[in-house]
Amino acid sequence: MDNLRSYRSFVSYIDRSREYYAAQGYSRPYAWAHHDDVPFTPLQKPLSGCRVGLVTTAGRTSAEGLIGAGGLMRGPYAEPANPPPQNLFTNDLFWDKNATHTNDVDSFLPINRLAEQAAAGRIGSAAPRFYGVPTDYSQNRTLQGVAPQILEWCREDGLDAVILLAL
Amino acid sequence: MSLAARHLEANGVSTVVMGCARDIVEECGVARFVFTDFPLGNPCGKPWDKEMQRSIVGSALALLERAWMPRTTVQTPFHWENDTWRDAFMRVDDSNREALARAGEERRRLQAEIKTVR
Repeated sequence: MDNLRSYRSFVSYIDRSREYYAAQGYSRPYAWAHHDDVPFTPLQKPLSGCRVGLVTTAGRTSAEGLIGAGGLMRGPYAEPANPPPQNLFTNDLFWDKNATHTNDVDSFLPINRLAEQAAAGRIGSAAPRFYGVPTDYSQNRTLQGVAPQILEWCREDGLDAVILLAL
Repeated sequence: MSLAARHLEANGVSTVVMGCARDIVEECGVARFVFTDFPLGNPCGKPWDKEMQRSIVGSALALLERAWMPRTTVQTPFHWENDTWRDAFMRVDDSNREALARAGEERRRLQAEIKTVR
């Protein structure tokens, strides 16, 4: 073993954010989604024949919504994967702005790395579009509106598998 | 994000989630999860580090192929250059407790104002 520890190594963001917002006077903590059952679809064909897509929580531009006390409101979107975006809007999202940055799109949306895998024949092809989803406080809006829209786009683009990346 | 992944899985599309917030994704419960123990922001590897990004995408593709049951998490072998971010992120201590309380009050005041305008 490398060493011994009396604590868990990875950060619990559920604990951390609850304490942070409690310190701001929000006494009712956010209730995170929890499921006992998890749906599972095995890959239906060899990966080398699959079309693979990407989903990000980043936005297209800062002009898509208004940042205010109510947070940024934006809907799901689909954008061409080619040419790949040079940058995406992440300032409104919950990530560690002191420790790192998001100037390299492939660090959070591996659009060029996936294209390389397609060129190498590891996957059949990369999706012609990538999709954006808002990180919505409301699980209902995600379940009723956003998730079905993403599924519809996946079907339109003939995707077999999807990689989803949360900032 | 995890909820969207679950919806796709339930409708016949295979998925893999890549992220750095292990507890949030695993509490929600997803089919396949590639966890990188980095500060939030770079779930696919350090900025400009193509080799690392290739490796992490490779892990996601391998997981798509090989996972045989849901809730399969793999952790990539990468480490951030230091551990200071772990305690610094959203830290609450005596140095910022009052400022956080004031910021919360200000935010609620703004929200109330917006509600009144609407």
